[in-house]
Amino acid sequence: MGSYILKRLGQSLVTVVIVVVSVFMLLRLMPNSGYFTREDYVNMDQAARTAYLRNLGVLDNPFVQLAHFAGGLMKGDLGRSISLYPRSPVSSIIAEKAPYSLCFGLASIIISMSLGLGLGVLMARHKDGFADWMGTLYVTVVRAIPSLIWLFFIQLWISGLMGWPMIFYLDRPVSWILPTISFSLAGLGWYAIWLRRFMVDEENRDYVKFATSKGLPRTRVMRGHILRNAMVVLVQYFPQQILLTIAGSLLIESLYNIPGMGGLLVSAVRQQDNPIVQTIVLLYAVLGVLGVFLGDLLMAFVDPRIKLADCSGKGA
Amino acid sequence: MKNDYAQLPVGLFRPAPFDEAAAELTGYAPYSYWRSTFRTFIRNPISVGLLLVIVVFCAMGFLYPVFSNVDPNRVDLETSQWNLSPQSGHPFGTDGLGRDLWARTWHGTRTSMLLGFIIAVLDVGIGMVVGALWGYVRRLDRPMTELYNVLNNVPQPVILVLLPYILRPGFWTIIIALCSTGWIGIARFVRNKVISIRDAEYNVASRCLGTPLHRMISRNVLPYLVSVLIMEAALTIPYSIGSEVYLGFIGLGLPLDTVSLGNLVNLGKNNFMLYPYQLAWPTAIVAAITISFYIVGNRFSDASDPRNHV
Repeated sequence: MGSYILKRLGQSLVTVVIVVVSVFMLLRLMPNSGYFTREDYVNMDQAARTAYLRNLGVLDNPFVQLAHFAGGLMKGDLGRSISLYPRSPVSSIIAEKAPYSLCFGLASIIISMSLGLGLGVLMARHKDGFADWMGTLYVTVVRAIPSLIWLFFIQLWISGLMGWPMIFYLDRPVSWILPTISFSLAGLGWYAIWLRRFMVDEENRDYVKFATSKGLPRTRVMRGHILRNAMVVLVQYFPQQILLTIAGSLLIESLYNIPGMGGLLVSAVRQQDNPIVQTIVLLYAVLGVLGVFLGDLLMAFVDPRIKLADCSGKGA
Repeated sequence: MKNDYAQLPVGLFRPAPFDEAAAELTGYAPYSYWRSTFRTFIRNPISVGLLLVIVVFCAMGFLYPVFSNVDPNRVDLETSQWNLSPQSGHPFGTDGLGRDLWARTWHGTRTSMLLGFIIAVLDVGIGMVVGALWGYVRRLDRPMTELYNVLNNVPQPVILVLLPYILRPGFWTIIIALCSTGWIGIARFVRNKVISIRDAEYNVASRCLGTPLHRMISRNVLPYLVSVLIMEAALTIPYSIGSEVYLGFIGLGLPLDTVSLGNLVNLGKNNFMLYPYQLAWPTAIVAAITISFYIVGNRFSDASDPRNHV
């Protein structure tokens, strides 16, 4: 088991390095004029522009820049923002924004997981019944209609109906409700539909028929046999979902004006703020890869029949 | 055991003569996979209704721009023509620059449908071939899994911002950007399916008889996956249309002079308080199209499962 974990961590490290290096190199393809604001570019003469670019270090060979970034990384220095928040350290920008996304994300994971898994069980239990029908309707609407549309209407109508503020205020907890609900809705549908699907699949298995024919009550078959086996497949996605809540949601955060992580990547890429982009890509890649790894471990923990060390030999 | 036919009441039964043709019938069921799929699908009125919705919107989107000469981008300089509510001449009203929303909506429907169709065909086409090879050829598994991990961890906005520097921003750039991450998901899905049937007896037998790789994949493996792939394609279409709306919102979508449902929704959203119809029409059409494709795709996948055939 120990050697398996080491091997997986090594592979994960390779993935992260490839991702970060390729994005790093791609960013160097952007034109140099992108590092200026429009006024700066007009106001500076050619010498001043060159001096500015040299000062940023973007005129060096990309590999030298990469070595510089890696060296800084070893010392825990992620660089300083160029254009988005001029000259403030990237780490402090992220430390300031991440808590918002994390709090909303974790709260919504708790809500969507508990309600979604409950709904999933209900739908599987009363397959083709009223609950199943309503649940399917909900999931179809949430998954099929572009989220921008229903998020916008939720913000507009529910805040009007309840008299809640339309945007987020840190000091008014009532304004936290709608963003949290908005964050939860899509996840809720995801948990419900997949749990239902896996439970319905399990229901036709022989061991379930056997347990039923032994005379086990339906609730016990559902809880002890079907649900437990259906959860094994689902559980591997949980760690990644929890870890990546830090990414926030661009749509919800910009609708409610929450200063979270959601829009940071997009605005940083557009303004060519390379240090921020590199750091975020590194952060998400590490968390994403780590999440998959933890998911596999969790799955093996939940289902003792799964032996990870053996699977790795087959090149799974 | 003794036969007691003689004791049966005379009027209720009569002996049947032996009919060779009728005997054949019981031994052979005229089962055709596609006909059964079609019949199971057609039996459900909801799926048929939604399929009709798709056909009608497709027809409107593709025929209207051909037969009408209203320019969806024609700006009216007369301010009295701006922000008109729906009326004769402008069934959906006009927007803040006097552009006819009826024309814009159907031109936008065409753009978004085309976007969805092209992305679905490319994603599923590439995903199918690569996924089949990935699952079938063992040596490819390691590098492809690594490629999947890498592509999965490169955030999409990075690609969307960088691509226009290499290509000109526009319709095809969005398609390439969305496909660049979409195909590998489908390839992964196909690969998992292929692995589950790769070592089935009939495939082992074929391999022993020396069937070449390309025929193994095209004749033995892919026909198994046709129904799943069609469903993937049907679900990629609403996903792509939705992505276009989202990209328009974050400012990385199609150029504003391209009429698309995403641009219409985002323009309408800004004026929603004053002129709600400017958002209502495009929104209703986006919702109708995406929901129809989603449900039809799911229903089709149910219908294509032989266990649901009778």
